[in-house]
Amino acid sequence: MGHDSWADLLYLISAVLFIFGIKGLTHPRTAVRGNMLSVAGMLLAIVTTLIFAEFNWWIAIGGLVAGTVIGAIMALRVQMTAMPQMVALLNGFGGGASTLVAGIAAMLTAASFSAYDRSLRAGDYQEIIATGLSGLIGAVTFFGSLVAWGKLEELAIFKKDWKIPLQQVVNAILLVVTLVLGALMLVAPSWAGLMYFLLALVASVLGVTLVSRIGGADMPVVISLLNSYSGLAAAMTGFVTSNNVLIITGSLVGASGIILTMIMCKAMNRSLTNVIFGGIDAAAATASADEVYAGKVKSTTAEEIAMMLDGARRVMIVPGYGMAVAQAQHAVRDLYHELEARGVTVEFAIHPVAGRMPGHMNVLLAEVDIPYDKLLELDPANAAMEQTDVAIVIGANDVVNPDARENPGSPIAGMPILNVDKAQTVIVVKRSLSPGFAGIPNPLFAADNCLMYFADGKKAILDIVAAVKENG
Amino acid sequence: MFILLLTIFVLAIFIGFEVITKVPPTLHTPLMSGTNAISGITIVGALVLARQSPGVWEGILAFVAITLAMINVVGGYLVTHRMLGMFKSKKG
Repeated sequence: MGHDSWADLLYLISAVLFIFGIKGLTHPRTAVRGNMLSVAGMLLAIVTTLIFAEFNWWIAIGGLVAGTVIGAIMALRVQMTAMPQMVALLNGFGGGASTLVAGIAAMLTAASFSAYDRSLRAGDYQEIIATGLSGLIGAVTFFGSLVAWGKLEELAIFKKDWKIPLQQVVNAILLVVTLVLGALMLVAPSWAGLMYFLLALVASVLGVTLVSRIGGADMPVVISLLNSYSGLAAAMTGFVTSNNVLIITGSLVGASGIILTMIMCKAMNRSLTNVIFGGIDAAAATASADEVYAGKVKSTTAEEIAMMLDGARRVMIVPGYGMAVAQAQHAVRDLYHELEARGVTVEFAIHPVAGRMPGHMNVLLAEVDIPYDKLLELDPANAAMEQTDVAIVIGANDVVNPDARENPGSPIAGMPILNVDKAQTVIVVKRSLSPGFAGIPNPLFAADNCLMYFADGKKAILDIVAAVKENG
Repeated sequence: MFILLLTIFVLAIFIGFEVITKVPPTLHTPLMSGTNAISGITIVGALVLARQSPGVWEGILAFVAITLAMINVVGGYLVTHRMLGMFKSKKG
């Protein structure tokens, strides 16, 4: 076997390691091993490249060391509540890297065509088209992820509503321009470098305009989608460099991101197009907050809640993004232990889109050592709801809005929700009656069996824990 | 050659769908950060294109590309490992 065959063989082994690695992630017991297999695959791919490819050692080692140090610092310092931002940012870096790789390829193509004045061969089409696609997808991923990161970090510039006039038209025009520039790379390959960087520039703007209008609660969809794009961009660089491991691995990631995207969309009963281009129309056929809440909202105190919990046998805790914001997960753990110690069955109902990325709540509860079999998915949680004495909602709103079930005119109609209103008593811990992301009032708060506890999430739970302890 | 690569691409997407549909919601975040790290595989492309005597811009692009991809790889795997450690530490 020649050099290249050995390299390809090792790349194949690394691709297989990635597949086993992802397979390991399908169960909590095998997940750590899965991640390690995936690390091994990556190490093998990098070492293989270092052995077989001819490259500039200074640039390679410099980049590897710089990236390792920066990546490690970022990963070790990040708080679990900030994980969505972190994932968005890292994801963007992957897309950015693919864009730059394709950029180098475009420069080399341009140089080769100006030097030899040759015509396009079959392989050139593959390389140039893949270069253009890699630039398009990679740049959208990079800038889209940066905007998503900025929104999740709640940077000031992303707080105001970025209304771009005729947004769909603008996006469509930007997309067409990138495609035209890509075609020009084929028409005038000796100018491919310049065309490519124009393409990447326009695609960067497209990344910003696409994501800037998408709101907080839709972030799980956006992050999943960008995750998929970063994989596809890597797969495209595989076509540029005719490298199998890039193609296999990139498409695995692409598929994974798409699946998560579809799961998230389904959990909101919205199509992907609607999430990206639509947005929610809050004015549509909903009663105003005053009509819904008028005189019917009852507020309660920690002592009252403690008394109710005293007589409860089954408690369901429903966390939402508000729990992450208030950093209330440790307080929730205390409440969990306090109640379990009294023989109360405590479970957690996790809505698929609770939080800002898929599985966000699960990570926070795992951080505070809540056993994962205590976390119920949507259907089992709803099945248990009618036997639940007290449901405690912490920082969740739209995902427990019964309007989704009962009011066909509601903007969230048809979205699968957690039926906390079916529990004996519902306690909603919330700062005020302000609406959730959908901007609509929540009839749950006015329901007969619902009590509001107006306070900061963390303080509220700590007060309840103290009151429960006092009850003895 | 192109058709061969395209075949691999399409088949790998199917493998991805098959393997990943089975991931439980509890692990969605680690899955995302883990696959995210995997997408840093683009580093192989970056290394291959970091030629021995590059032009100035080419060299800068290659350096930044390798750095970004490596941040993606190391950061992604480390946060995944941190999160999975939390899931592993307890039995229900």
